[in-house]
Amino acid sequence: MPPVETQQQFDSGLGLEVVFPTPGQIMRRRMLTHKGFIIGGLMVLAVFIVAIFAPYIAQHDPYHQDLSNRMITPVWSETGSWEHPLGTDAMGRDYLSRLAYGARISLFIGFSCMAIAAVIGISLGLIAGYFGGMADMIVSFIITVRLALPAVLVAIAVVALMGGSIQVVVMVLGCLIWDRFAVILRATTQQIRAMDYVQAAKAAGCSIPWLMIREIMPNLLNSIVIVATLEIGRAILLEAALSFLGMGVQPPTPSWGLMISEGKDMMLFDPYLVTIPGVALFFLVLGMNLFGDGLRDVTSPEGRS
Amino acid sequence: MLIYTLKRLGLAMIVMVTVSLISFMLLRVSGDPAISLAGEGASNEEIEFVRIQYGFDRPLIIQYFEWAGRALHGDLGDSPYLNQPVAQMLRERMGVTVILGVSALSFAMILSIPLGMLAAIRPNTWIDRVALSISVMGQAMPSFWFGLILIIFFGVHLRWLPISGSDTWRHFVMPTIALGYYATPAIMRLVRSGMIEVLASDHIRTARAKGLRWPRILFKHTLRNAIIPVVAVAAVQLGFMLGGSIVIESIFALNGLGNLAWVSISRSDLPVVQAIVLFLSTTYIILTFLADLLNAFLDPRIRST
Repeated sequence: MPPVETQQQFDSGLGLEVVFPTPGQIMRRRMLTHKGFIIGGLMVLAVFIVAIFAPYIAQHDPYHQDLSNRMITPVWSETGSWEHPLGTDAMGRDYLSRLAYGARISLFIGFSCMAIAAVIGISLGLIAGYFGGMADMIVSFIITVRLALPAVLVAIAVVALMGGSIQVVVMVLGCLIWDRFAVILRATTQQIRAMDYVQAAKAAGCSIPWLMIREIMPNLLNSIVIVATLEIGRAILLEAALSFLGMGVQPPTPSWGLMISEGKDMMLFDPYLVTIPGVALFFLVLGMNLFGDGLRDVTSPEGRS
Repeated sequence: MLIYTLKRLGLAMIVMVTVSLISFMLLRVSGDPAISLAGEGASNEEIEFVRIQYGFDRPLIIQYFEWAGRALHGDLGDSPYLNQPVAQMLRERMGVTVILGVSALSFAMILSIPLGMLAAIRPNTWIDRVALSISVMGQAMPSFWFGLILIIFFGVHLRWLPISGSDTWRHFVMPTIALGYYATPAIMRLVRSGMIEVLASDHIRTARAKGLRWPRILFKHTLRNAIIPVVAVAAVQLGFMLGGSIVIESIFALNGLGNLAWVSISRSDLPVVQAIVLFLSTTYIILTFLADLLNAFLDPRIRST
């Protein structure tokens, strides 16, 4: 029996040993040189640090109203002071403290909506992609129906009727934004199911749950993580829009969308009330998207799609 | 082609029925319409009276069929708040939203198709980077916040454009940009990747070998093929934009469907909300149906599937 050549080693025939890098090594090398991936990752990390250390960053209680200190402008304007680095809002609440605690709200909502959406979307995508035929038709139909529902309007209406709270917002958004998970997982599962090793496992008598979870799922992990980062961004933006319209998280919670909404009436004289939370939202979602796009680039076989 | 059309039409009808059923149920289950109709501080007897008066005590499915049957004849019921036929209210507001949606889509196409083409012809140059950053930023920017920034800058500082209302075309400029920018990334990425793919194909090489002029190759041979998926995405995006106009309309005080939806949601005017959801999903379904037909017409390969 001839010796089996491993993937890493290859006999060049000249007595020299040629060592190829493993896929993991290639990926790690690409990660360190991909600008979008690094910058996006650092941006998200920064928001995470702010959210975790919010009690230390905030010098004031984010809910404490102090009407004698209303509308103090940020430190970079002429009348600003370091007592309130980002100023105070119309109720005299410290803006930096609210911003720091708001990072917790946005991240919590982004991740939990994504988790709900992932469970629904991945199950549907796996079932459609693996079984094909009738199951595929039904799942495709469900996806079509979901896309035909105007998501923003339905979310606003349902949240308004059920009463806005973080839990309701998470449930409603999570149940509405699974479409991309389902569409992409369905396509990827179809490709992987046709591969020889899956057919071999099937021939060896593996059960369907084993095939799906142990054989197919690990190869879907990349797509899942990439879609997940994009969905977190989408959920954060949707929550902000809902709260901005007054149909999402309710006051006095320091949600960034709500802060923009509360600052809207005074934005002509004090634009910082609107620009600061908006920049924070933009920063977080941009970081998420750059990270997700970068992850897709470094894990795809060609490097960049 | 006829068989394909009939199949698509049948599917569209089934989707339509399902969507109307789901939206009806969702809005009915999320809250008790009788309580909100009776008003604050109403006694139990009064609520019960309203419930019987409006027929909310009967099984939901019967209520649905009654509602759907009347909707088929163009009768969407009356708004209990304004004592006006809902269909008439919709007709009055529709124009503004359709103008906004179509102009936002046109803006997105005018921006994204040339940029996507340029980025595809000169990949990895500065123009590709500009196109990429416009699309990455568009995905991360909260559209309502972008609208507010436009108001602060062009409406208040420069005083170029009116900031609220829907009287003249000038009122539509900023809402169009704010809403259209949101759709730009998806279209631009599609044009870019489609163009790169077609430019690398054999028939373009043949066209160049024949000595055809570059503009002719670009527009007649490449763009024509690359634009096919864009048609479908544009239709889908128009549907999303009609649904998403609720946020933009409320910022710019445009008197369209979105604004009507928002006002109706905040006063629990269910018949109006239901009618708008129905209208928007019908529009989306018709648009995707037309896009499918147009795709099949442009690309004969699709018809056989």
